Amino acid sequence: MAAVSMTVNGKAVTADVEPRTLLVQFIRENLKLTGTHVGCDTSQCGACVVHVDGKAMKSCTLLAVQCNGASIVTIEGLAGADGTLHPMQAAFREHHGLQCGFCTPGMIMSAVDIVNRKGSDLDEHTIREELEGNICRCTGYHNIVRAVETGAKAMAGSAPVRQAAE
Amino acid sequence: MYAFTYHRPDTVRQAAGLLARKDDAKIIAGGHTLLPTMKQRLASPGALVDLGGVPELKGIERKGRGLIIGAMMTHAEVAESAAVQEAIPGLAALAANIGDPHVRHRGTIGGSIANNDPAADYPAACIAMGAIIVTNKRKIPAEDFFQGMFGTALEEGEIVTKVAFGIPSRSAYAKFRNPASRYALVGVYVAKRGGEVRVAVTGAGASGVFRWTAAEEALKKRFAPKSLEGVKADPSGLNSDIHADAEYRAHLINVMARRAVEAALGK
Amino acid sequence: MSATGIGASVRRKEDHRFITGAGRYTDDINRPDQAHAYFLRSPHAHATINRIDATKAMAMPGVLAVLTGADLEADKIGGLICGWMIHSKDGSPMKAGPHPALAQGKVRYVGDHVAVIVADTYAQARDAAEAVVVDYTVLPAVVDTATATKSKTVIHDVAPDNTVYNWHLGNKDETEAAFKAAAHVVKLDLVNNRLAPNPMEPRAALGVYDKGEDHYTLYTTSQNPHVARLVLSAFIGIAPENKLRVIAPDVGGGFGSKIFIYAEETVCVWAAKKVGRPVKWNSDRTEAFLSDAHGRDHVTHAELALDANGKMLGLRAHTIANLGAYLSTFSSSVPTYLYAPLLSGQYNIPAIYAEVDAVYTTTAPVDAYRGAGRPEATFVVERLVEKAARQIGMDPARFRQINYITKFPHQTPVIMCYDAGNYNASMKKALEIADYKGFPKRRREAERRGKLRGIGFSSYIEACGIAPSAAVGSLGAGVGLWESAEVRVNPVGTVEILTGSHSHGQGHETTFAQLVSDRLGVPLEAVSIVHGDTDKVQMGMGTYGSRSGAVGMSAISKALDKVIAKGKKVAAYVLEASEKDIDFKDGKFSVKGTDKTLDFGSCALQAYIAHKFNGQDLEPGLKEGAFYDPTNFTFPAGVHIAEVEIDPDTGVTTVVNWTAVDDFGVIINPMIVEGQVHGGIAQGIGQALLEGVIYNKDGQLVTASYMDYTMPRADDLPSFKVGMTTTACPSNPLGIKGCGEAGAIAAPPALINAITDAVGHEDVAMPATPKVVWRAAQKAVSKMAAE
Repeated sequence: MAAVSMTVNGKAVTADVEPRTLLVQFIRENLKLTGTHVGCDTSQCGACVVHVDGKAMKSCTLLAVQCNGASIVTIEGLAGADGTLHPMQAAFREHHGLQCGFCTPGMIMSAVDIVNRKGSDLDEHTIREELEGNICRCTGYHNIVRAVETGAKAMAGSAPVRQAAE
Repeated sequence: MYAFTYHRPDTVRQAAGLLARKDDAKIIAGGHTLLPTMKQRLASPGALVDLGGVPELKGIERKGRGLIIGAMMTHAEVAESAAVQEAIPGLAALAANIGDPHVRHRGTIGGSIANNDPAADYPAACIAMGAIIVTNKRKIPAEDFFQGMFGTALEEGEIVTKVAFGIPSRSAYAKFRNPASRYALVGVYVAKRGGEVRVAVTGAGASGVFRWTAAEEALKKRFAPKSLEGVKADPSGLNSDIHADAEYRAHLINVMARRAVEAALGK
Repeated sequence: MSATGIGASVRRKEDHRFITGAGRYTDDINRPDQAHAYFLRSPHAHATINRIDATKAMAMPGVLAVLTGADLEADKIGGLICGWMIHSKDGSPMKAGPHPALAQGKVRYVGDHVAVIVADTYAQARDAAEAVVVDYTVLPAVVDTATATKSKTVIHDVAPDNTVYNWHLGNKDETEAAFKAAAHVVKLDLVNNRLAPNPMEPRAALGVYDKGEDHYTLYTTSQNPHVARLVLSAFIGIAPENKLRVIAPDVGGGFGSKIFIYAEETVCVWAAKKVGRPVKWNSDRTEAFLSDAHGRDHVTHAELALDANGKMLGLRAHTIANLGAYLSTFSSSVPTYLYAPLLSGQYNIPAIYAEVDAVYTTTAPVDAYRGAGRPEATFVVERLVEKAARQIGMDPARFRQINYITKFPHQTPVIMCYDAGNYNASMKKALEIADYKGFPKRRREAERRGKLRGIGFSSYIEACGIAPSAAVGSLGAGVGLWESAEVRVNPVGTVEILTGSHSHGQGHETTFAQLVSDRLGVPLEAVSIVHGDTDKVQMGMGTYGSRSGAVGMSAISKALDKVIAKGKKVAAYVLEASEKDIDFKDGKFSVKGTDKTLDFGSCALQAYIAHKFNGQDLEPGLKEGAFYDPTNFTFPAGVHIAEVEIDPDTGVTTVVNWTAVDDFGVIINPMIVEGQVHGGIAQGIGQALLEGVIYNKDGQLVTASYMDYTMPRADDLPSFKVGMTTTACPSNPLGIKGCGEAGAIAAPPALINAITDAVGHEDVAMPATPKVVWRAAQKAVSKMAAE
């Protein structure tokens, strides 16, 4: 067993885990934060995307022990403490950017990361390219693109997510 | 995954020591090839030595006509580095198109090179620019370093620490992605330095990255896409799979080489 | 129209939990002390099992049990079933081989279930699986659809030539006569590529056994929990229905693949009693590729006969359908009654004859996948039609228009009676949106850039909401295809709707609430939709085949009628008027010609307190149920136009424009309907351009992960232009036709028609990957050079 401690959604957590525990297992099974999903075995679908020290990463391809000391934000940590939705969450609902909802947490975490990296004025081409690491089977991406466009603009006036969660 | 022990050294020296002491130890850099392989139970290291906490493996430095990149620099860091963008824009563009944004946040240049996946992008850049792979023991020219599919010159306990690129006058990479995996189905890195031109091909060869000398000769005469018209890559020795047979790959090598030359010329 | 009623694009009620990570999918549910299952799967496509030795595995840490087919047999657990009987031309019943949940003596595809290992943790179970020794005698694989019947290898003893059935539909003699009289005959050989459904949530199951109550609970990723309970109880024999509760919580997409009752959930619920602990299984993606039922996989020769003016005279098709190694739950119906009755398309075709040979192969079972049979039929019809227009030199839109059915009802020669439609209206609108007139200019402009540009049509029809039950029963279905609903009005006027439909992305919590809000005049927030739990909803048939609007909501509508009728009785007492003088409108009961009113909530309270009437004259309470069985299928139809550009250097096809004009009848929520269209088109484009399940000659699955199976990504697709036309469906009270499958049905032929238009010949197979299109484009380029 190995000891890990990290900050998840602003809360310090520590645990003893087997080294082979993936970050996504740690989040889902130890912390019971089940919003982060696993949709593939080959680091492609992006259902498991969380922010590690402010950057979007695939939690299925990280060991929990590799994240010792890191600050993690999951989909559960995106909304404000008072329950106010993050602008990107609100945009996904407003533009019907989800159907079954399974890819949605990873999709939203990726979308926020795109804005963090590329700014809030995103064209369709950029959004589609930047969503390469997130697969959705329901929406055909049409409304996800609209949601990210709008969510990005709405984020322009608000604080970056990692600060909001910390 | 099978069980293993985990170690996180602070220095390359400690890492090398762990590799020597632990049975069946493997290095984990970004882990974006190793962990999927372990999840599928196709690799079963007894110990993982994580280079994530070794500061000396980070950093990008321009030294005269060379550009030195620390082994633990992520693809995103290389892509966004002003030094790389200025010295070798083709390399920055290559890094910006490896995998997807999440993979680029985690995958590293050292890991990519040490793994030598036949469909990885960096090996083509290393070969085309005659990079030197620096390890904790020695300096290895890229052409000696890459030794066929997943094969390298690395010895037991040897750790890639830096990659040193000679800065070309012009260079660019063009990739035709595998539609499913998004790895290179064919990737061609073209680099011109003085009168020398190198064309390195990844993704296509059954034994990994290789130089396409016929194209190099043609481009030496005139560095222009037109020079490659009628220059055919040999399909023998190329991969055939469900996504592309050898003949199609041979054709794509020419197309990607032309596009790389166009990009290198800033067209 | 109110802001939340029928026709309003209400934002979805269910979204809040999904966007905040509070969704509750099967794998999110855990029970104290649960154990984990890992399935040991066959590495061989076809083999006899001589011996299974689990001695070493049983001794490994955490292992609770290693169970095999012999244990199932000892417990008298029956095999998985196929619930639709198809008879061959000669009247003989289909040849259904045994389908045990864990192999009994033989494995028949890579991924077939050999044993289950139950352990404290998933990792321990998987570790132990490697210690189970299985002695196989490997047998030859049978992989190829077209030649499966010619193989000397027998997969099931009951089907010595690997034939499940030789079925036919239509009138052979009349069709032959039509071809004899034809001025033109158009012929095509087509392969409808095999697909993996790939809902993003992999399948999962959690079986729980309560010893005190002798009662089972199964949490599972199902599109139809009641059907799962019925099959697990009545056929497989896990427990009587009153001792088995099946819960399908949030389900992350289905697309047909979660209709079926699989080995894994069967084993988990059974094993829960055997090991005395809850047993959880969660599929990984490779297991999903190996063991989720695949879709499509047809090989077809088809011909169309035309008279000298281009009018259609007859159509005939011979199809070989691969059903895989076992008959999955509804597999037999897909290439028969869900396929051939659609071969008339939107066209007036006097004579049609179809023959379908279904075959066994040593591959994963094949069953319904989004569209199920109808995409295969549409591909045949719309590829033939496009080729016919080219062959006789007529504009493809015009050719379709002169052959459209224009009078309704229209009886086709293949069962269906189309009840309503206006195909010309959809075509006209689609031509405008796609700027069809401007296409030649766009093509010339593309040519100047060295690109090949093409345009393709698909004038599709589908049959949804399969019904009525008596009709489907006469065609061989083992179940009725009605739907149930219960409306529970609470004393304060809030409403719970219990429905047998199941939402796994369709947005029922919103659209069903819109209907209720519209009819009862209560706010949307006052309506809750309850589904997916056999202990809450008494019975239901689930969600597939675009049936939840047309059938599921019609059941709700019928129950609402009863609630309003009862409410009127209550209101009559309260308002001291005659029942026949009571009106109900906008949430208020009123007495005709007076200003006396009673709002719906007050009426509900009065119904429960029962102070104003005598309980012998009128029962207290306000709760009504209904079962609704439609009078006919519904027939959504429309026109999709694809426009593509091909880079002849690489063979890359870019979809540059997509126009979809659909007639779905009455629409409850346009935003949700458009979303369904988008998703369907994406899956159709996936089939046509990207996706294909490939087995090698040894029956090994080559496309077993996203490294090799190409899922459509955001950068593979364009934005879609979606338009609607409307003819109300006369076969249900709401006028709804259904929209879930349209895109997946319409898209593949539109896209292949566009590509074949661009390259100038018909020789383009699906998926039209860059490799395929490059070769096709080479032909075009050399042809252009020669001209």
